[in-house]
Amino acid sequence: MTAPAPRLLVGLEVHLQLKTRTKCFSACPVSTSGEPNALVDAVVLGLPGALPVLNREAVRLAVRTGLALGCTIADVTKWDRKNYFYPDLPKGYQISQYDQPLCVEGAVEIQDDAGGLKRIRIRRAHLEEDTGKSFHDEQGTKSRIDFNRAGTPLLEIVSEPDIASAGEAERYLEALREIVAYVGTSDGNMQAGNMRCEPNVNLVYENGDRTPIVEIKNLNSVHNVGLAIRFETQRQSTAYAERGETGQNTARSTRGWDDVQGTTVHMRAKESADDYRYFPEPDLPPLRLTRAWVEGEREALPELPRARRARYRATLGLSEYDAGVLTASRALADWFEAVLPAPAGARDPKAAANWVSTELLRHLNESETSLAAVGLAPQELGELLDLVSTGTINLKTARDLFRELVADGGSAATLVKQRGLAQVSDEGTLETACQAAIAGQPQAAQEFRAGQEKAFGRLVGAALKALGGKGNPALVQATLRRLLAAPGG
Amino acid sequence: MAHPLDGPVAEMARRVRDRGDPFTARSLVEESLRRIEALDGRLHAFLHVAADLARAQADRVDAEIAAGRDPGPLAGVPLAVKDNLEVAGLPLSCASRILAGYVAPRDATVVARAVAAGACVVGKTNLDEFAMGSSTENSAFGPTRNPHDLARVPGGSSGGSAAAVAARLVPLALGSDTGGSIRQPAALTGIVGFKPSYGRVSRSGLVAFASSLDQVGPLARTVADAALLHAAIEGPDPADATSHAFEAFRAPAPRTALEGLRVGRVAEFDLGANPDPDVAGALARARRVLGEAGAREVELSIPLGGAAGIPIYYIVAPAEASSNLARFDGIRYGLRVPGEDLEALYAATRGAGFGPEVRRRILVGTFVLSAGYADAYYKRAMAARRALAQQFERAFERADVLLSATTPTPAFRLGEKSSDPVAMYVCDVLTVVANLAGVPAISIPAGVSATGLPVGVQLWARAGHDTQLLRIAHLLEGRLGTPAPIPALTREVLA
Repeated sequence: MTAPAPRLLVGLEVHLQLKTRTKCFSACPVSTSGEPNALVDAVVLGLPGALPVLNREAVRLAVRTGLALGCTIADVTKWDRKNYFYPDLPKGYQISQYDQPLCVEGAVEIQDDAGGLKRIRIRRAHLEEDTGKSFHDEQGTKSRIDFNRAGTPLLEIVSEPDIASAGEAERYLEALREIVAYVGTSDGNMQAGNMRCEPNVNLVYENGDRTPIVEIKNLNSVHNVGLAIRFETQRQSTAYAERGETGQNTARSTRGWDDVQGTTVHMRAKESADDYRYFPEPDLPPLRLTRAWVEGEREALPELPRARRARYRATLGLSEYDAGVLTASRALADWFEAVLPAPAGARDPKAAANWVSTELLRHLNESETSLAAVGLAPQELGELLDLVSTGTINLKTARDLFRELVADGGSAATLVKQRGLAQVSDEGTLETACQAAIAGQPQAAQEFRAGQEKAFGRLVGAALKALGGKGNPALVQATLRRLLAAPGG
Repeated sequence: MAHPLDGPVAEMARRVRDRGDPFTARSLVEESLRRIEALDGRLHAFLHVAADLARAQADRVDAEIAAGRDPGPLAGVPLAVKDNLEVAGLPLSCASRILAGYVAPRDATVVARAVAAGACVVGKTNLDEFAMGSSTENSAFGPTRNPHDLARVPGGSSGGSAAAVAARLVPLALGSDTGGSIRQPAALTGIVGFKPSYGRVSRSGLVAFASSLDQVGPLARTVADAALLHAAIEGPDPADATSHAFEAFRAPAPRTALEGLRVGRVAEFDLGANPDPDVAGALARARRVLGEAGAREVELSIPLGGAAGIPIYYIVAPAEASSNLARFDGIRYGLRVPGEDLEALYAATRGAGFGPEVRRRILVGTFVLSAGYADAYYKRAMAARRALAQQFERAFERADVLLSATTPTPAFRLGEKSSDPVAMYVCDVLTVVANLAGVPAISIPAGVSATGLPVGVQLWARAGHDTQLLRIAHLLEGRLGTPAPIPALTREVLA
């Protein structure tokens, strides 16, 4: 008899670096580059006599992120010291928040494995300071410490164990990254280290058995988070099946992800909970946030990606795919929406979506440039679309012009006028060109009249060529059919 | 004729600032340095004499005056600074081996403000290691002696600052007071020591002992001198988030005349069944003098204000200290004793760097914050502390100021209590609750014992009423007529 598959429980602790100009508790600048130990001051280094002073911008960005995650923002919050010794922790304690976090009870919506909508609850998000970085040499005899990162504001976002698969964990992290990038509070980039993630993983069996909770460290990409959870699911399941390992008989532990082997490696057991001797930080008074200020921050939030996608589908009639592509970044979505308004009402959103998601993105990919570097303004693309929709130019001309405009900028209407690119719709000119095409391709004309429809293409091509590529394709086709159908034509 | 250094601070600064008077800042500093040279070998009030710095600052003050600018109300006044306050370019030791070789990179806010007012820093004074103690015997560099009796302690932890002022080496000194560390040594050396309201004076640049209790304040020969230094250093500081302005303080200000003043007599501040006769006598005389001046005595109770204060204090202060002193780990600065691994390096460094009293308090503090004990100790102590602050609030509804002794006894002998930590802790019974409640308190000289040892009395006021407290203390000081006594050894150097 095979036992039913266990249920996977994953809770994620995410540390997010907030994009402030200065550190969380001092006026020392924050930067990702720079010589080691260049971005330090008396507070960051924990020199005797130095006192922390709260950076209000860190609180604002934390609140903004919390609101974007649907959290409740505390009226009164306070700071606590988390005491432990480690060389990259300059003061011997980290200023954090213990029992009164800034943000509580939010949620992130993701797709579950069946494609349905799932809410991953957020238990709390609190503000704290980052540590320095230790570098150990191969022999393990010498260590170097860089304190540049120390004191950078971090928002620690703790989810409930609502995540039920590696795929859900990946999508949760993607959603989180998308949200913080949208609200501009963090880059949310795991490779760059400004988003860090420590999953807590265990399995629950139908008979009530639970495998011991494992915390996984050293994960530097969303992909690796997925790999590590998959590996850990397998490992715990084997340990349960073969050795009967459960939370009852085995201690919680911390395991490190080994990127090369693709495995998790035991680091240490948590025999007893670490005692951080938390107590209220006496150097910083409690922080009171007024309702009005919090509401102001809420109103200043941009539309979040999920809501934006829903609106694109419901009110602009876009496909789910197009809505997803266009909202991949806030900048792209803003750009797209700036194409739509026209002097006479709105432009066709589907046409605009099509141009942005194919032509514009292709250009960005091929030229490896960013949206900010594009020479074309959204309204100029809008004018180009108008020229197409009014039949002034054909699609081929429009694409040629687009390539020129994204590189160099300029007005489509002006270029059309200057170069005489407007498509030919004049009946006389069209008829002359079509007659010339029939005369020049007697074989094709004969085949077409004999019922071979595919010969028609050759005649259209010849007529368009005679018109220098500017002929209105629909009118050319109609004229040709009329002439070919005419008796003695 | 007395040297201007022995007169009121306002007068010496006035003479320095007067362009018509040939008397200079430099001459004040030279006289102070001469006295330190002559006497400090016996007192050991100073850990570091900053002659070059003091002379440079004095010359700058004199140059300012010559250029027609006003260097400020402390122009040229020699100032001693407790060695747990940063003075840029000078060693900062906290009387501890763990800070071996450490030089302060900047001025503490209080030092910068005093110097900006014209003061000249002549040196760093001795203290109990990291300000933990009541006798200055806990200094890693040897004790300071009481100028009135070299066999006795000057009190602590600001014992060096108190001895320097009492011996007339300097007219002003900065100290820090976490549980009485300004007031107790002031009382034992016969001078004035003032602990301001918590938050009144910046702690930026003060090496933290117990952050929620520490406060910087002046030691001086008179209340007026102390008030001058306090005025120069007080006020909110952007570098200290716990400093704040008290202007918005709404409680009615107390009377600042003795006539009609309501003086609280707190049952729990009573000296007990067998009080020291000199201390009891001085206190009784202060009560009588206030009564004669028209003050009214009010009987009060502050239930947690007596002996209960000691356990509250000796939980809260070590708890914060255990965390504040974690940064002294041998990694970035100060002493480092190598070890096999990281744990061994920490243990060796901190074991060798900290003295026994500091280690004891770190252990106590770590214990009371530990999981399983924090509820019984730290959290209960914090709850009691809040209740104590409320009891003080209620007391100040009925009284403008409180009057008490500063210490249970005059100065004790070196070594008398150094082997008994609890006996030493009990020395603070009349001072710690001011820190726990955050209220201002001042010790002023109230005469000498039969054997010539100074005795002080203490006045307390509501948080924020620092200025009013100083005015009342000034009036009482005048009525008492017991100015800071001049030690016999100082007479050797008086001109």
